[in-house]
Amino acid sequence: MNGTNEKWDALPISWHEEAAGQLEASETLLAWFEPDLDNRLSYARGLVVLTDRRLLSRRAQENGRTSWESWPLTESMSLRTDEHGSAALLELADASGRLACWRYTAAQATAAQRLVQKWASWRRGQRAGSASERALAVCPSCGAAINADEGRCEACAAGPVKPSLSALFRLASFSRSRAGLIVLGFLLTLAATTASLVPPYLTRPIIDEVIRPWETTKTDNSSLAIWYLGGLAGAALLAWALDWAKLYVLAWVSERISADLRAKTYAHLQQLSLEFFGGKRTGDLISRISNDTERLCNFLSINLIDFASDVLMIVMTAAALLWMNPLLALAALCPFPLIVWMVARVRGRLLRGYRQAGAAWGAMTSVVADAIPGIRVVKAFAQENREIERFNASNERVFYSANRLNKVWSLFGPTVTLLTTCGLLIVWASGIWQIYLGRITLGVLTAFLALISRFYTRMESMIRMGSAVQRASASAQRIFEILDKKSNVPEPVRPIHPGRLRGKIELRGVRFKYGTREVLHGLDLIVEPGEMIGLVGPTGAGKTTLINLICRFYDVSAGAILVDGVDVRSFPVEEYRRNIGIVLQEPFLFYGTIAENIAYGRPGASRDEIVAAARAARAHEFILRLPCGYDSLVGERGQNLSGGERQRISIARALLIDPRILILDEATSSVDTETEREIQAALENLVRGRTTIAIAHRLSTLRRADRLVVVENGQIAETGRHDELLDARGSYARLHQAQMELVYGRDSSGK
Amino acid sequence: MENNGAANGQARPRPFGLRHDAWGRLVLIDAEGRQHTGVEVVRAFPISDPRHGIAICDAKGRELVWLADLDALPASLVQQIEDELTQREFMPIIHRIVKVSAPIEPSEWEVETDRGRTSFVLNSEDDVHKLDEQRALITDAHGIRYLISDIEQLDANSRRLLERYL
Repeated sequence: MNGTNEKWDALPISWHEEAAGQLEASETLLAWFEPDLDNRLSYARGLVVLTDRRLLSRRAQENGRTSWESWPLTESMSLRTDEHGSAALLELADASGRLACWRYTAAQATAAQRLVQKWASWRRGQRAGSASERALAVCPSCGAAINADEGRCEACAAGPVKPSLSALFRLASFSRSRAGLIVLGFLLTLAATTASLVPPYLTRPIIDEVIRPWETTKTDNSSLAIWYLGGLAGAALLAWALDWAKLYVLAWVSERISADLRAKTYAHLQQLSLEFFGGKRTGDLISRISNDTERLCNFLSINLIDFASDVLMIVMTAAALLWMNPLLALAALCPFPLIVWMVARVRGRLLRGYRQAGAAWGAMTSVVADAIPGIRVVKAFAQENREIERFNASNERVFYSANRLNKVWSLFGPTVTLLTTCGLLIVWASGIWQIYLGRITLGVLTAFLALISRFYTRMESMIRMGSAVQRASASAQRIFEILDKKSNVPEPVRPIHPGRLRGKIELRGVRFKYGTREVLHGLDLIVEPGEMIGLVGPTGAGKTTLINLICRFYDVSAGAILVDGVDVRSFPVEEYRRNIGIVLQEPFLFYGTIAENIAYGRPGASRDEIVAAARAARAHEFILRLPCGYDSLVGERGQNLSGGERQRISIARALLIDPRILILDEATSSVDTETEREIQAALENLVRGRTTIAIAHRLSTLRRADRLVVVENGQIAETGRHDELLDARGSYARLHQAQMELVYGRDSSGK
Repeated sequence: MENNGAANGQARPRPFGLRHDAWGRLVLIDAEGRQHTGVEVVRAFPISDPRHGIAICDAKGRELVWLADLDALPASLVQQIEDELTQREFMPIIHRIVKVSAPIEPSEWEVETDRGRTSFVLNSEDDVHKLDEQRALITDAHGIRYLISDIEQLDANSRRLLERYL
């Protein structure tokens, strides 16, 4: 029993019990795979197991039972995958025809391919990676045991993002550090609201004790009148001072909070992996950072303050009303529940509307952000009108989404006004009636009307706020969407600090998938410190992907990349990348001076170091010819440099950080041969003593390489020196011949 | 003196001499006594560090001499080099901004500089570049550069006109 269990232990635990009965005593498990669809493409979990003598399969039957099938392995059998459809197929066939097939989704694609590979390697009689040899690897990030083939750690895999209950409440976490000022702001709001309630309250004594006595009995109460007038003036002054303090304090706080939010969002954005930026449109990201934080700031500084003071005002006015005359107060507040009900009804519609409007705005920004950098292509193909139409279309969508909101809003606002007018009407009616009955004085009614009109004004503005709240929470959601994104290149939980690396690179069974398409199918390669490797192969073979993996722009789907014997996922990303210098095909210069651009990777570099790097990159002399030398501005605007000049600046940039590992991705392919020669000379300085991996289409560029690695269809086709590979008459020889034909014409190719 | 000599920027420069020939061209006599006619003296960091990193290039732009520190040279030579640089470099320093024609670009600026009063056209607000806390560089429509060496030293009106661009 124990023996059986050991054999099955590579399987998921849930299968152990069921599978245990199926295995024969001396049988060895080679690989397994869980198809997740049945043959009608409905979800159904099954199991396919490959042993050293049989292929076993467990399928769910229609009646709910399960059945096991098995096929003894024979020489004529073949196992292959077909992943061209959206649901993939694993097929077992022999000479007579198809024996069985299993359907699965992209989620299981890696496992299926692994099964086929195990099958192939077993067929070759190597029996590599059989169950007994299976080494349990350790997760490079957290140290948990993982399956070496799998390469991914279950413990570290990011769980689904928690849905944010209310994005607005999460803003509170940004305001915690400013709690003192916020409390001060609210105290000021409270005081200011109280002060503003004094004038309407004073109307009652002014009418009842000053005006009415004079009107009816000609009693002179002017000394009292002066007191009350003084009180009114004092209250106005006090309200002015308090309002000023409150507005300033709260505006400062809200501006601070939204600046913090912007800073945090941008910092988080910079930490996200390239995969995130591949799937996002620049304009939308810009819109989130600029527009949405701006909206939040407006909301916090203007609307929220108003909202708070409105709520206070409403509560306090209601209390004053009740205190003066409960019956009249109740009558006046009649329409209030109706308004609350209406607000609750339109809320959801407004939130959806504002989210949609935000998305439409982001799409519109994206159109601009797409078209401006590509303006040369637009003009070259004379597609200006098409771009204008594209912009107009998204602009119209902005208009329509705003219009949909306005429809709701334009009806809602006046309805509220109507209801509040009804409230006032009720007060007038019941007030007149009560004066008639002699229950209240004229002063009370006047004060009441002054108070209730304030009440409903505040009420209206608070309800209008409803839309601002929805708009702000839509913005907050869009921002937190970014903040909740986790980097696909996670920082290790238990980091190993690389310091200065020696530069030995080792690829072990590296696989990589873009989405569901696997582009690297198990690469093995060892690069010694200081060695220069030339990567050649057709476009789309996976060369750039491989480099992206070595730089850790992405993480492998399976297998591992080791540098100096340590998995790169164990290094803190930033410390690791400090050891890597990259020269890309399209050198990117930032807005700033040439000196700043050269020192981009090491901002603290001295001027002498910058000049030395520029000299080694053969950039020094052309820089001196520029009107401001190293202080000349480059980038979006300013100095126009040629492709070769830009490239030499980017080489100087890579030289200055003195990297242990150097990546050259088609560094010379976009320049003419004369410039290439100069860049080559610059590169020779750069390559010396560093582990270098260079991609080039022009094979002549790679003549200095110690070894050439030919990559084809995501696999390494051949490795060796230039002449060795030519003698081997394989892919490299074909590539070489094709290039010679291009350069010298077909006739001389044979020579 | 070839590049290799110049490349060692930190080492003491080997002796050399400068003179003007009959046509007013600058001639460099290098350590081996060879004469290079029509050489140019350029600063590598004219704005951020004008006293360090000065190169003498031949007519084709090849570097002949690299002077890491101007102040380490004999006074007479420094004088010669500085005279040459003043002849070559034209970058007026703005003392006062008198008037900016309009709040939108292109706008005409009237300024007082260390070389006299002048006016220029600013094409875009991107052409005003703040170098650090004190200094700003303005490039006009013709590519002429104007330096403001200390923003704080400008009078209130000039600062107000400049404020929007920084």
